[in-house]
Amino acid sequence: MTVLSVDRLRVELVRNRTPITPVDDVSLSLDRGEILGIAGESGSGKSLTLKALSGLLPVPSSVSGAFCADLDGRGVAPYRPADVRGHGISFVFQEPMTALNPTMRVVDQIALHARVVGGLGKPSARATALDLMSDVGIPDPRRRGRMWPHELSGGLRQRVMIGVALSSNPKILLCDEPTTALDGSTQDQILALLLRLRDERQLSIIFVTHDLAVLRSLCDRVAVMYAGRLAEHGPTTPVFETPRHPYTALLLRSTPPMTPVNGPLPAIAGQPPDPGAMPEGCRFAPRCDWANEPCRSTEHTLVGGVHITSCIRSDELEHEGSTTRLGVEQT
Amino acid sequence: MTGPLLEIDDVVCDFPLPHSPLARIGRRERAVLRAVDHVTLSVAVGSCLAIVGESGCGKSTLARAVVGLVTPTSGTIRLDEQALAPRRDPATQRRIQMVFQDPSSSLNPKLTVGETIDELIRHHRLRPPHQVKARCRELLEEVELPASVYDLRPQALSGGQRQRAAIARALALEPDLLIADEAVSALDVSVQAAILNLLNRLRHELGLAMLFISHDLSVVRHVSDDVAVLYLGQVVETRPAAELFGGPAHPYTKALFSAAPRLDVVRRPGGNTLAGELPSAIDRPIGCPVHSRCPVAIARCASDRPALIEVGGGLAACHLLPTPEP
Repeated sequence: MTVLSVDRLRVELVRNRTPITPVDDVSLSLDRGEILGIAGESGSGKSLTLKALSGLLPVPSSVSGAFCADLDGRGVAPYRPADVRGHGISFVFQEPMTALNPTMRVVDQIALHARVVGGLGKPSARATALDLMSDVGIPDPRRRGRMWPHELSGGLRQRVMIGVALSSNPKILLCDEPTTALDGSTQDQILALLLRLRDERQLSIIFVTHDLAVLRSLCDRVAVMYAGRLAEHGPTTPVFETPRHPYTALLLRSTPPMTPVNGPLPAIAGQPPDPGAMPEGCRFAPRCDWANEPCRSTEHTLVGGVHITSCIRSDELEHEGSTTRLGVEQT
Repeated sequence: MTGPLLEIDDVVCDFPLPHSPLARIGRRERAVLRAVDHVTLSVAVGSCLAIVGESGCGKSTLARAVVGLVTPTSGTIRLDEQALAPRRDPATQRRIQMVFQDPSSSLNPKLTVGETIDELIRHHRLRPPHQVKARCRELLEEVELPASVYDLRPQALSGGQRQRAAIARALALEPDLLIADEAVSALDVSVQAAILNLLNRLRHELGLAMLFISHDLSVVRHVSDDVAVLYLGQVVETRPAAELFGGPAHPYTKALFSAAPRLDVVRRPGGNTLAGELPSAIDRPIGCPVHSRCPVAIARCASDRPALIEVGGGLAACHLLPTPEP
């Protein structure tokens, strides 16, 4: 059952007095209890897409596209991004130290959100906040709740931020690189927490990151963005094992594996295009080994049913994905 | 040349914390944060030692001690069997160079890349004045940057180009040892692969030794000959990379492996076997530093600090490992 869909999202900003379009023609949908991952490098527009969904873009920007969401169980209806932020859609930021209020004890921050958005009274908001703190895995919430954000470790801060996001009882959680600043073992704990919350609360999650291995272990579906557009979009396993866009295949190949590689790692030559000067046709063509003349002239379209790609040559090309072993644990 | 290039011998780095008013009244001992705790490691000529660990494990402090930005509280650091004095002369400083994590904050934004590098070559008098510019262009070529970068400021470069410029700056002084402190952590995967390839190529072409600091095990796999795992300032395991990646010995190293997300193994998150959080470096646990989080800890772990014992080509510190035959 679809809880969120966005059709032909386009974000326009003004940079140095010239208009740029960092996100163009992005369509996504999210089912109840589903985790959708968005992958891409810096500047691919993945974070802007997430911010556009919740009305968090800077003011001089124009957003077009059809936003629909089912936030009250009465079916999918159009919404205005700014109206749903906190009310049905919550946001988890990358760096909790800058997103949390440094002058407020953490329990009060969670309670404040529950009061303002949930309309609870002071005592019940506090009780809700303490419940939420233990729900997101903060040991000894009464003691930790009295602490300031700077007194907590990175992992606990991120848990507090997830607590703040959950305090309005949202249907959808938008996560912008929530584990990038964390250590491996802490990251693993936070990912496990998100999975548990999804199962317990039927939360739908969009998870944005540049770390493909994280998406592999967490997501049901994955979208790969390049230069503001979708390159590929589909269920996780096919996208990783039989990628249909050269960019996805190259990204997978350039991620260093745990096993030794003979010779240099395959890197992607060149750089992503500047948003002020996007190439005609396929935006990846200038860096693509397989690009031919039609690639440089054909307008951007997505082909395929469940596993879609923007590569017009996807039928004739076969890319090597990451070979995976299922459920094998390192000892 | 015999013996290792760099020897870190029983190095301790303490940072006394500021007096709290209460402590001053009570005349209590000043609290001390011990960032590096009796670390002994060595780097052979032309080889690469990787130091891995979580944030707060002391890996950056150790790097700063080697490069001379931090003076160790005790212990010695030797380069070519010469102990390094707390205040180094320029000729010694030149031999150990460092590449930092974030090139946008470690390069001077007001100087062009050329000015940054030229200044170093001139200051250390590595080339006669009329050859400085040519040497700089040679360095840019070495790190695969276009010659036009010479006249650009860091702001005009992409993240990967900036990191290349930072590497060129370190190479300008023709060091014997290059320290890379999380040098690829802030980069995108495709750029990261290119920088790793560059570092590997430079190592082989110039015979550079490297101290590579990272929290990312898969990155470490591709550059290092040896790996040291640090926890709370202590070495818990140090072994050749091939041996360590073939089968980690210490429970903490095993946990690091189990928590690292991988492309080639599908695993639900939550496989991490380490409980809780890193203990504070101020109130350090007695006994084994890992015991409070270790899944296999026994009673002895809480009281005795395990010594480093030989295991599969290297050393590891754990009471549960079989003691080697004498």
